[in-house]
Amino acid sequence: MDDRTFSRRRFLIGTALPAAALGMGLSAPAAVEAQTAPALMGPEPVDVMLQVNGRAYPLKVEPRVTLLDALRERLGLTGSKKGCDQGQCGACTVLVDGRRVNACLTLAVATEGKQVTTVEGLARGGRLHPVQQAFIDNDAFQCGYCTPGQICSAVGLIAEGRAGSDAQIRESMSGNICRCGAYTNIVRAVNAAARA
Amino acid sequence: MIGAPLARVDGRAKVTGAARYSYEEQPAHVAYAVIVTSTIAVGRIASIDGTEALSRRGVLAVLTHDNAPRVRQDAASPGDRKLRLLQDDRVLYDRQPVALVVAESFEVATEAAARVRVTYAAETPATTMNAPGAVTYEPPEANQNPADSARGSFDSAFAAAPVRIDQTYVTPTEFHNPMEPHATTAAWDGNRLTLYDASQGVFDRRKSIAAIFGLPESGVRVVTKFVGGGFGSKGGTNAHTALAAMAARLVGRPVKIVLTRPDMFGGHGYRPRTEQHLRIGADTSGRLLALAHDVRSQASRFENFIENSAVISRMLYAVPNQVTTHRGVRYDVATPTFMRAPGESSGSFALESAMDELAYATGVDPLALRLLNYTETDPDQHGKPFSSKSLRRCYAEGAARFGWSQRPPQVRATRTADGLLVGYGMASSTYPANRSSSAAMATVHSDGSAYVTSGACDIGTGAYTAFTQIAAEALGIDVAHVRFDLGDTLMPEAARAGGSQQTASVANAVHLAGIAVRDKLAAAAVADAASPLHGRRLDDMTFARGRIALRERPELGETYVAILQRAGVSSMSAFAEAKHDRRVKGPYSTHAFGAHFAEVHVDPDFGTVRLARMVSAFAAGRIVNSRMARSQYMGGVVWGVSMALHEEGRIDERSGRYMNANLENYLVPVNADIPEIDIVLVDEEDPHVNPLGIKGIGEIGIVGMNAAVANAVFHATEKRVRDLPIRPEKLL
Ligand code: FES
Ligand code: FES
Repeated sequence: MDDRTFSRRRFLIGTALPAAALGMGLSAPAAVEAQTAPALMGPEPVDVMLQVNGRAYPLKVEPRVTLLDALRERLGLTGSKKGCDQGQCGACTVLVDGRRVNACLTLAVATEGKQVTTVEGLARGGRLHPVQQAFIDNDAFQCGYCTPGQICSAVGLIAEGRAGSDAQIRESMSGNICRCGAYTNIVRAVNAAARA
Repeated sequence: MIGAPLARVDGRAKVTGAARYSYEEQPAHVAYAVIVTSTIAVGRIASIDGTEALSRRGVLAVLTHDNAPRVRQDAASPGDRKLRLLQDDRVLYDRQPVALVVAESFEVATEAAARVRVTYAAETPATTMNAPGAVTYEPPEANQNPADSARGSFDSAFAAAPVRIDQTYVTPTEFHNPMEPHATTAAWDGNRLTLYDASQGVFDRRKSIAAIFGLPESGVRVVTKFVGGGFGSKGGTNAHTALAAMAARLVGRPVKIVLTRPDMFGGHGYRPRTEQHLRIGADTSGRLLALAHDVRSQASRFENFIENSAVISRMLYAVPNQVTTHRGVRYDVATPTFMRAPGESSGSFALESAMDELAYATGVDPLALRLLNYTETDPDQHGKPFSSKSLRRCYAEGAARFGWSQRPPQVRATRTADGLLVGYGMASSTYPANRSSSAAMATVHSDGSAYVTSGACDIGTGAYTAFTQIAAEALGIDVAHVRFDLGDTLMPEAARAGGSQQTASVANAVHLAGIAVRDKLAAAAVADAASPLHGRRLDDMTFARGRIALRERPELGETYVAILQRAGVSSMSAFAEAKHDRRVKGPYSTHAFGAHFAEVHVDPDFGTVRLARMVSAFAAGRIVNSRMARSQYMGGVVWGVSMALHEEGRIDERSGRYMNANLENYLVPVNADIPEIDIVLVDEEDPHVNPLGIKGIGEIGIVGMNAAVANAVFHATEKRVRDLPIRPEKLL
């Protein structure tokens, strides 16, 4: 079976679907490919090529594996954090084609062909990204567990032009919970980086 | 170097993702465990069937009380901790572990866990403090304080007082919710166990786990390099840590466990709900004559932890006639535990709200009322002096910065341009300055660098940085050449990061170890005829930038590098211990103090409360790093706001399940909820509290902040909310 062809169709099913549906999807990839209708994938592991921080990672994963668990448990990229696994805290925020997404709500196979940027990919040749430097300079974290998500969010919202004022920063950074309560310093850091 | 606003030495690791937390250890062949938790609050497991789960491809083991290895589940410390480790069929609280699935991947384990079939013989749970089955008891103590206290004669003084306040204040059940869920990676090597554990104290953890598995402590190593917040929840040993070790033993592979966010509302503890009855008697000028603070705290049926809310009332103001009591109310819930400023946070809401009520009842300004009842000595310890107390200056500097004198005395007096009601509120803050024994090891290498260790934990407090600074100053070596490491039971034993005690405890040990090596180097020079310091007296020497010199003739001296090279050794080390017995009361009462000022804007139509400004001033002895201290205080203030406006675990009274067990429905502040926080660091020198003059700062920030907000809400709206959180509907 050609898993590569199969996986490109980016359509997933849950494990709850009847076995017949699974069987059809798995046994007739070429036929399904010929049509434009979305095809089925899984539950068996499929081959995907993830593009993370400018590097290609060939990976064989079950379609149900989230981008977050693929990064953390399969690729050793543990910078992105799991705070809730439910899309409620922002600790897992990464950039997919420059857009902020919750990696815990994104399936790894769904990011094939897209550029994923994690906190590990922001520094350039040992030089910190301005947002990273601003977080250090403004002491914008304590335990550091929300920090990779905060930083990826900040990079995204600055690029989107949403760091125009403190109020705008506060609003656009509100998807990233910091239980240590570093908000005042996070706003300062994002401000500093946006004006840098 | 001490006091300098050095940037965090672990900052780079944290902003690049290099900092590794406990679940991010990836030993070879690691397996994944997922805990199945109970869906009833009390009863028995009638049947449990792991067959289907076990049949899933990739599942390695399913553990239930039928097949789990026998361990001593009551052996954990501190105190009478009783864990639920799959040893019997009894369910004591909702979300109690009932099975454990170990598999090749997290996904397989998660799916298989859903296929473990459990049926229960459920009993009807008592789920509130006033439910028929709830049992009130007299606790042996209140979180290490006497449960009750009395001085003078409260009853007659209160009866005779011309002004009386008699109210009950309620604080809800709250869950810590550190951003990093509890997690453990466990690996066995023969009979030796290594745990990478999200913990606030590696030595406490080692002791508990060794006792549970019947191992010598030397056979257990606990490592905690980074912790994604704890706030008390990672202080005590919890079931998942032992279950990870149990599973790893069974499958013969390392095992990782992380709690789901909903299970973070389960068995690891929480701040218990309190109902606090405050009675204050005063004269018409506002002077306190009598005060009673009677606390009822949520408790579990099987352990004794309760919230020590009345302790703050014993020492904060001069009041001659007083009684305080704590009672636990047992019902079918998990056991509560320490949560940031246990006792003082909830107690200050009651006390400082009641003081505000007294201010309005007597027409005295709230700040003036506190000054009128100021005490220079500790009334709870027979008038013992405080080692230092700079609360007057906290009031003065905080009030000046805030503009408290501009506050109109009337309620509902001011509105913003867009019609919101404006209110000002204030409250006092205090937290005991604790300390316990700690040790450290310092080594100076022949390249002039230093390596210092102590098995402390950095839960976000900045321990790596603070102790680097302490070590650098003691050693006389620039911070850039000092590396401090922590979080491992192979290191000298340190106090846990809890009770605002770690910095004061460990800093004194690090300081002693640094001085000891420095003196060893000096002694080597003095004894060596080839040294320019030969025969000189230690007292005449200074130590800076890795060099020893004579105070009077700084050109005469030599570097540590030169001394070590001539001695032909690659390094010199020293171990030191700073001992402290908390049970031995010294001649001074030791506390940090502070004052909060808050401005709120309240929408009169919707009842929504927004913080507009906050100023908080604190005096806590010597500040090791002013930048990190501000951050710690700010975090505490955010927690105070959260307690005032947001947090509440809401229990389903039929099932005993907390219904908002996730970060969407359990509210904590997000960025947009928090305005600029202005922290004032009030200088304070304390020659008595400990050799370095350090008081802890991790908890004081939250204490009183809830009341400052509630008091501001009253000033804005004339509505006194006595049960937290202040939700909009309570203002309509
Ligand atoms: S872990 Fe993804 S939002 Fe919380
Ligand atoms: S720094 Fe700890 S949660 Fe944000």
